[in-house]
Amino acid sequence: MFSEALRQCRPAFLMLVVLTLLTGGAYPVVMTGLAGLLFPDQAGGSLVEKNGQVVGSALIGQPFAEAAHFQGRPSATAPKPYDASASSGSNLGPTNPDFLDAAAGRAAALRRDNGDGPVPVELVTASGSGLDPHISPAAAYYQVPRVARATGLDPAVVRDLVARHVAGRQLGVLGESRVNVLALNLALDALAGQERK
Amino acid sequence: MTGNALLQIALYLAVLLGLAWPLGAYMARVYAGRPCGLDRLLGPVERCLYRLCGLDADREMDWKAYVASLMAFTGFSILLLYLQQRLQAVLPLNPDGLAAVAPDLALNTAVSFSTNTNWQAYGGETTMSYLTQMLGLTSHNFLSAAAGMAVLAALIRGLSRRETQNLGNFWKDLTRSTLYVLLPLSVVLALLLVWQGVPQTFQGAATATLLEPTDYDSPVKDASGAPVLDAAGKAQTEPATMTEQTIARGPVASQVAIKQLGTNGGGFFNVNSAHPFENPTPLSNFLELLSILLLPAALCITFGIMVADRRQGAAVLAAMAVIFVVLLGACVVAEQAGNPALTRLGADQAAAEGARAQAGGNMEGKEVRFGIAGSTLWATATTAASNGSVNAMHDSFTPLGGLVPMLLMQLGEVVFGGVGSGLYGMLVFAVVAVFVAGLMVGRTPEYLGKKIEPFEMKMASLVILIPPFLVLMATAWAVLVPSAKAAVANPGIHGFSEILYAFSSMANNNGSAFAGLSANAPFYDLVGAACMFLGRFWLAVPVLAIAGSLGAKRIVPQGPGTLPTHTPLFVGLLVAVVLVVGALTFIPALALGPVAEHLAMIGR
Repeated sequence: MFSEALRQCRPAFLMLVVLTLLTGGAYPVVMTGLAGLLFPDQAGGSLVEKNGQVVGSALIGQPFAEAAHFQGRPSATAPKPYDASASSGSNLGPTNPDFLDAAAGRAAALRRDNGDGPVPVELVTASGSGLDPHISPAAAYYQVPRVARATGLDPAVVRDLVARHVAGRQLGVLGESRVNVLALNLALDALAGQERK
Repeated sequence: MTGNALLQIALYLAVLLGLAWPLGAYMARVYAGRPCGLDRLLGPVERCLYRLCGLDADREMDWKAYVASLMAFTGFSILLLYLQQRLQAVLPLNPDGLAAVAPDLALNTAVSFSTNTNWQAYGGETTMSYLTQMLGLTSHNFLSAAAGMAVLAALIRGLSRRETQNLGNFWKDLTRSTLYVLLPLSVVLALLLVWQGVPQTFQGAATATLLEPTDYDSPVKDASGAPVLDAAGKAQTEPATMTEQTIARGPVASQVAIKQLGTNGGGFFNVNSAHPFENPTPLSNFLELLSILLLPAALCITFGIMVADRRQGAAVLAAMAVIFVVLLGACVVAEQAGNPALTRLGADQAAAEGARAQAGGNMEGKEVRFGIAGSTLWATATTAASNGSVNAMHDSFTPLGGLVPMLLMQLGEVVFGGVGSGLYGMLVFAVVAVFVAGLMVGRTPEYLGKKIEPFEMKMASLVILIPPFLVLMATAWAVLVPSAKAAVANPGIHGFSEILYAFSSMANNNGSAFAGLSANAPFYDLVGAACMFLGRFWLAVPVLAIAGSLGAKRIVPQGPGTLPTHTPLFVGLLVAVVLVVGALTFIPALALGPVAEHLAMIGR
């Protein structure tokens, strides 16, 4: 079998080189060309601009802590939250005391700002990527009274804004209903700016 | 389980099985060398490849030549991939200026990608240049999958042919798998993914100005760049403010497409398909999920057609589907039930529909757009197949929710399993099943008209026993080595689960992880590389030996005592053999890990 292996070395090496160039060279290069031609916006990362300045990607979450903004999910990227150059989950197990302490701290802070009441679970748990751009409709409506108070907007107006930003299940079946926090806050800022004028 | 979860699962299975049928028939044409449609377009490319490499693709090989070709090909793969990583700093297409990969990590990654495992001890966006990602990792996603399909094709020929040494030509099977199956499917899937928002660009990272400047604790570093520790041994931090977000991107879609289709699983980014750039929408999630099981399921149909009895393929597929659905149900229920400790903190974990909808359940480590159904369906599919990509962090699953993916890997990656390798593993279990049935009635066992004799049973025993041996021995070794034990992230029982999961994943060529484990340490890099290598080739070689031995036999005419292998009775027997072997081997270890943790969680 050893001499057979030696005999197969030449085709093995040549096949590896040729197939590598085809699947690792030609394939991604052609796909990049096609993607740029057919879907230029998505291919570049779905960047969002405001006044000519890139303010984020429509697909990537950002950290929000101010009372006048809707808050996204806790992010486990370290040391910077929502670090889109080093994605990471917490990887904490369900019985880990560190995880339970962190969740208790988040729940207490949310209660302080938003009043007593059950807290939607995804606001006390870190996302898988650390970059989750979404919260559930439940978590968005939960924050409406606080946001309305901090921005001075009518709660009904804010609730209406949230309702317009809810994306339902795709094709009515797939995934979950969700709200893009960056898009919601950009719209909120625009609305609050108009009111002030 | 919610109504929508049931609907998503039903839709998934229906589309999967609906697509597996035509694709399986198409692949049967590809491996039989018959016209398949695409050969009109790609036939010249195929012939040009053979000419460039000086091959006579019509020369058939016996099983030893097949093994020799496979080993020579893999040897060069590992070598080339190792060199690419070590030299990436001086090679082009490195816009973010990443340094050479460390030797132990480079070896682990080279073995990992060449064996179709795609265990990732590194963080993609911070370690690998675009050139390494493309020319190294993307290409091996194709080639390791194609090699698995080639071995399967040889085994099927051994079963269907008679009185011959010839099992086909490895180079031809490898080339045709790549050119006619993997490449066209990847092109279609990659374009669909870009449409949904997955980036595909050679530009470096983008910089965005944050809406809100954000404070964070920055670790203090000394002049040499090492972190400064305080008196208690913890890293010191200082307050800092960030105003910008660096958004890593790259040629993502092309790699994600093949890592899903080829049961590879090695993602472009650290968090794999949980990253919004790898998996931006519920639809992209569905397409990627479908790609995980599509080829392993379709190959069952291919098998049935090639042995000229479609019922045989359907029976194997049914056995896989039964185990899959049962374990999937367990995972969904465990995750939707959530974490009792969070309920005590006042968190609302109940699923809700309507205006104030939420997924509820255990959302730590999961993404809102996938919820519980999308995350558990993925966790089950990715470990049933030896894919190993993740869209949620398995480490943060509830104990029983995390037990399901662990068990699926420990069953030997035969419930769908890897592209090619899953079905050849399952066919070995079928050989064992007819042997067990033969013992019960006292007859010489046969499978597809071939007598199963001592040589086949010895080889089948090797295939079935080597992965559990590797998993249990490596886990036992790791908990005895202080540096390996220190790599766990979670204290107590869960730390043991992390180690058990790591070696279950590597020895069975899966590649997913309880990612809290700091796996980029010399112990895990080197022992893991050995497990991945042995787990792949100590199985492929005995399988090819079985193929060679069966191919040389004549076909025994069916008699009244022959056990039919396409009936529900045989499906039940096959399921029982897979479960009994897996359960007997792993229940003690599982009891020490996830089961003990579950009791601790609900008992408090």
